[in-house]
Amino acid sequence: MKRTLKAEETFFRILMNLTTGFILIILGVIIYSVFEKGMKAMSWEMLTSVPSGGYYYGKGGGILNAIVGSLVLAFGATILAFIIGLPVALYMNVFLVRRKKLVNLIRFILDLVWGVPSIVYGAFGFTLMVFIGLQTSLLAGIITVTLFILPIMIRSMDEILRTVPIGLSEAAYSLGSNKSELAFKIFTRQSVSGIITAVLLSFGRAIGDAASVLFTAGYTDNLPNSLMEPVATLPLSIFFQLASPVPEVQARAYASALVLTVIILIVSLFSRGLGKRYHKTKINF
Amino acid sequence: MYLLNRQQRHVVNSSWMLFSLLIIGFLPFILFGGLYFKSFLLLKTHTLKDLIFLHSWHPSRGEFGFYPFILGSIWVTLLAILISTPICLLTAINVTQYAKKRFLRVMHPVIDILAGIPSVVYGVWGILVIVPFISRYLGPWFGVQTMGYSILAAALVLSVMIIPFILNIMIEIFRTIPTELKEATLSLGATKWQMVKHVLLRKALPGIIASVGFGLARAFGETMAVLMVVGNVIKVPHSVFDPGYTLPALIANNYGEVLSIPQYDSALMFAALLLLAVSLFFNLLMHFFIARYNKY
Repeated sequence: MKRTLKAEETFFRILMNLTTGFILIILGVIIYSVFEKGMKAMSWEMLTSVPSGGYYYGKGGGILNAIVGSLVLAFGATILAFIIGLPVALYMNVFLVRRKKLVNLIRFILDLVWGVPSIVYGAFGFTLMVFIGLQTSLLAGIITVTLFILPIMIRSMDEILRTVPIGLSEAAYSLGSNKSELAFKIFTRQSVSGIITAVLLSFGRAIGDAASVLFTAGYTDNLPNSLMEPVATLPLSIFFQLASPVPEVQARAYASALVLTVIILIVSLFSRGLGKRYHKTKINF
Repeated sequence: MYLLNRQQRHVVNSSWMLFSLLIIGFLPFILFGGLYFKSFLLLKTHTLKDLIFLHSWHPSRGEFGFYPFILGSIWVTLLAILISTPICLLTAINVTQYAKKRFLRVMHPVIDILAGIPSVVYGVWGILVIVPFISRYLGPWFGVQTMGYSILAAALVLSVMIIPFILNIMIEIFRTIPTELKEATLSLGATKWQMVKHVLLRKALPGIIASVGFGLARAFGETMAVLMVVGNVIKVPHSVFDPGYTLPALIANNYGEVLSIPQYDSALMFAALLLLAVSLFFNLLMHFFIARYNKY
């Protein structure tokens, strides 16, 4: 009995270490294979020029249109989501702090919306676009991606804001501040690091998602210069280049994937680093 | 210094906050309403039962049978869940019960990065690694001729994609199990493994099921990575080496050509509505499940 028990535990512990190792290795393999394939086709020209004539048959040019387009789109959507999202998160934690049931209902709705696949947002964005008479454009892309990242941003800010101690609110009230001052002057300052992390997380989502911009942002070989014109995005440029039968173009898709991965890694590094830096403004209890 | 005085600023700020909150509160209903409105054209001429259970997909002839797509989605999703659940469960137990505290600090960035990698990059990885692996090794090993673009490829890529998602929830759940409970078990003479098996897992079971449910909902709607490796052949799959087609892939692949046939447009919106319904349903179910056991 005792021996079989011991054997069972040993067996499962080995299995556990295997699966844990497997996850670490998988991450390594993904990063390695993207870098290994991507570096081959990577060149300065890829990063600094827009596609020239015949680019999609293997001639010269680069993916600057997609890089700039993706950054502009993701910045726009993140800023818009921040303008709507921060007030919502603050409202939940300052104005509704005594109404637990309502706040929990809002959290529940946000979680539901968070779980909605991005392609559904894409389809909805397309419907909305047709409804208000918009062409595939940067603006339509920004609106769709904003809807997509809003729940992510609000819920992550909310998780931080709900940890702000009640004593801080009481101190602010006793000094005569009103609720919106408490929200924007105290709560935001106390949670700067968490808010930055939430914003960067949303930015990463915004830049990496393809399904929501597929219908709405369109694609173009030019740099974005107007809100009303289509815009190229990195995920779509990867997708379209990969569908090409020309090997050179496929190789460039790998290089584009490398660019996207590096951007995501940088964003993720930043959110770790910045989160630590802004602890100074925080009051510790 | 300011344009408005304190009171006025308070009014402006709080009304903006309330307005934003209302937008968010109505978002799921607006999503649902918009898509339902668009798919109404299709639902007028076809019954729901026909749409879901008919095989034939010929948009130009007005035949819209979603069965192959729905089945493809179900195959891919279930297979992915089957692969990633045991991996996540074992790893979560390892990280929270056995490994040193320091290790969790290594694991967190790993999970974050895995979760942050865009689905297109997963798709690229699938094409680079998984597809050749299946066509060269796994297929021949089972005696099957395959291009590699198959249900199995999609499921493998998808299972890796949802690992960080499920693992994260499971780790959170195992960490909320009270230490007293574990200590009480150990003090009665149970070994650590007995504690894990009989107390930890039993206590965490609702949470584990919920995490799998959330993963399921997530996997069902995943688009780009699946689209890139699943093969996109409209037929009911019979083996995991068959190419297939999923609902999200259907929407993503055909958005360009829908405008010529109004019903086609409507059909794609119906597919989106189905996805939305499945996602909302599973999330709702799991939330109530957790709320009922209230152990999360």
